[in-house]
Amino acid sequence: MTPMSMIENSRQQTPFRLLLIVLLSALATGLGYVVLSLPLEDPGLSEQVTAKLVHSGVSNPVTAVLLNFRGYDTLLETGVLLLALVGVWSLGGIPQQRSSTRPGPVLDTLSRQLVPLLILVAGYLLWVGAYAPGGAFQAGAVLAAAGVLLLLAGWLPGARFSGLPLRIALVTGLGIFVAVGMVLILLGRRLLEYPPSFAGSLILLIEAAASLSIGITLAALFLGGRPEVESRR
Amino acid sequence: MSHVFLYALVGVGLFTLGLYALIVHPHLLRKILAINVMGSGVFLVLVALAARTGGAVPDPVPHAMVITGIVVAISATALALALMLRVQTETGQARLPEERIE
Repeated sequence: MTPMSMIENSRQQTPFRLLLIVLLSALATGLGYVVLSLPLEDPGLSEQVTAKLVHSGVSNPVTAVLLNFRGYDTLLETGVLLLALVGVWSLGGIPQQRSSTRPGPVLDTLSRQLVPLLILVAGYLLWVGAYAPGGAFQAGAVLAAAGVLLLLAGWLPGARFSGLPLRIALVTGLGIFVAVGMVLILLGRRLLEYPPSFAGSLILLIEAAASLSIGITLAALFLGGRPEVESRR
Repeated sequence: MSHVFLYALVGVGLFTLGLYALIVHPHLLRKILAINVMGSGVFLVLVALAARTGGAVPDPVPHAMVITGIVVAISATALALALMLRVQTETGQARLPEERIE
């Protein structure tokens, strides 16, 4: 397309844009009306959650909902993360331009200093999630940030680790989650229906495995492709 | 409690702005960013409406749903970016077939 026809094209698009703005304004007005017509006070499910919180094994209501009352959602969500990674890996190897850049001395030193601190913060967030804001996803996000920092500083996982060890680390979270659910079914309970006396420990176990897997999955997604695996002899 | 509705309306505005950008911009990176802005709007609406408990602790169920939603949005964004890079290497342009510049 020549520049002239592009200008013509954009001129043709002006009525379309105006129509779009009108339609979207109508949509925004409608959505705003729906939001404003909601009742001013609506406790939702907060009363039920507060009533059952003592049986959940944790005292932070968000963690209780995520890992106990609606553990099903979180289980499937770790599956979605894994599926996204499978999708990215199916598109091919790591894009080429990554390996050519060399980090400056500041990034190199800073990443070495920051990564242990980030791992410590992730552990803290994981632990504090039982009774304050925090939990597996926050911890996993901080771990992923550490991984992204390492990748930006030019570090790549060795071919020795990018085969089976990486895959085991990726599926640990979902695996332990499913395993806990299946064991509970075998014990005559429903999927992820924790016994109240063990609920706290089970949640911590699941969260620890999940945050490790979430962190590594997100960092692997940042890598943008399947890392090279050491060829079999 | 009117600030709850202010936040919710900002969420509606973000959603609409994101939808506009999604339709108007042909470049796929902009479309992916627009979808993320739309998602942020939805999360803002959910979190804001969860605070309508009359001074008590906000409803934790929408908060948990938003955390779930953020993780799903990140996964979808990563997959979309990988697909965009693949489209770029295959065709030389990060655009959908009907919006390519010949």
